[in-house]
Amino acid sequence: MGLSEKDLVGLQHVPAEEINQILDIATPMKEIIKRQIRKVPTLRGRTVVTVFYEASTRTRVSFELAAKYLSADTTGITAATSSMSKGESIRDTARTIAAMGADIVVLRHPMAGAAELLAHTIKASVINAGDGAHEHPSQALLDMFTVKEKKGRLKGLRIAIIGDILHSRVARSDIWGFHRMGAEVRLAGPATLLPPGVEKMGARVYTNLEEALEGADVINILRIQLERQNRGLFPGLREYSRLFGINKERLKLAAPDALVMHPGPMNRGVEIAPEVADGIQSIINEQVTNGVAVRMALLYLLTRGGSKHEITC
Amino acid sequence: MVKEKAQILDTEGIRRSLTRIAHEIIEHNKGTDNLALIGIRRRGVPLAKRLAARIEEIEGRSAPVGILDITLYRDDLATLARQPLVRSTEVSFPVSGKKIVLVDDVIFTGRTIRAALDAVMDLGRPEVIQLAALIDRGHRELPIRADYIGKNVPTSRKESVLVRLQEIDGEDKVVIFEPPD
Repeated sequence: MGLSEKDLVGLQHVPAEEINQILDIATPMKEIIKRQIRKVPTLRGRTVVTVFYEASTRTRVSFELAAKYLSADTTGITAATSSMSKGESIRDTARTIAAMGADIVVLRHPMAGAAELLAHTIKASVINAGDGAHEHPSQALLDMFTVKEKKGRLKGLRIAIIGDILHSRVARSDIWGFHRMGAEVRLAGPATLLPPGVEKMGARVYTNLEEALEGADVINILRIQLERQNRGLFPGLREYSRLFGINKERLKLAAPDALVMHPGPMNRGVEIAPEVADGIQSIINEQVTNGVAVRMALLYLLTRGGSKHEITC
Repeated sequence: MVKEKAQILDTEGIRRSLTRIAHEIIEHNKGTDNLALIGIRRRGVPLAKRLAARIEEIEGRSAPVGILDITLYRDDLATLARQPLVRSTEVSFPVSGKKIVLVDDVIFTGRTIRAALDAVMDLGRPEVIQLAALIDRGHRELPIRADYIGKNVPTSRKESVLVRLQEIDGEDKVVIFEPPD
């Protein structure tokens, strides 16, 4: 039992049995969320600090609720309201937080590799809540948990990830995770948003959307990152919606019981049609609930600091 | 090597103990109204199910059975090298107002029961919580006692008591092991 690393910076190097362990523990955690009294004393006296250098609603709230349901103390800082805005480096901010006694630091940062850097700097466990376009492991874990809960397995499923793969850390973590668990990962989107070499991660790349959707068991629709779209990577939102937006007709190409996922926040009418987002195949709201359960499992497992570090930390 | 010191109960012994406890539970609670059993993982679960079956045989009325996992309520999590696996708690009935009988295989220090009491309280406010244990081996570290006991077994702290049940281990017996000399 237990994870081998003290941190979770990405899924690239997490073995299948550890992913399974996290998903297994998320099930009893979900039962706690459904109770009238959503509180267990497990992490009493532990401190979880969320450090967000980028905007977020669901991820930060999800981590904070997960920590609170387990009775940990939580506090959060965002770039705009902290010394980060005075130019303090991420390392110094982290050392300050660690010196105050944080057990787990949840970090979101625009730079790929930021979580890794922090993990090497402080003794506390670091969870990557998104670093640039690199990884967002807890999102992929909740995606896997949600699919496994609905389908009973991950092995052999066809997972189509549609949209802006280039800028998506969710896509990268999903590719590593689903591929490791034996699913077939398909990617489709505008050619300009498909990073070269992504096949090496174990995914199949389609430039034809219809082919990627054919018989898919899961369609994971990525957000068009409006804040990153003024570089002329595709002609416009209307054009994108026409060519790659998932609507009722396109959904019919997938397996009849295909699940529709979206990591949020959604641009309704752009990458996803409202009738698909709110349709019976959509499990988008469940992803959000499951996110809390999966993060509870992560916090629980990481408070032991990882077996490799038992002696040093 | 640890060696087996003595067998305390065999299949028949376990069966008789559970039959007696079932009778005691019914007598003490004056029937099965509002009664519910909750087994503590792992071996309290099959014991709770067997007790419920006996109670139904005797009274002709069933009592619901729940499953409690106390991992998240343990007081020694901070001292363990690895986090233990968490399994589901499955209590499908409301515990508020119920007469709850907690069921475990062995009562020893009382710490498991302390955790179980907290876990049940987090689910609601039972009218009463009672405790049934197949074996009481003494050495309590907390002011906790069992209401229904299959067998009192005086042990030394160094010894260990092992309960094996058909549903989990493929056989029914209770044995004491003693540490190497």
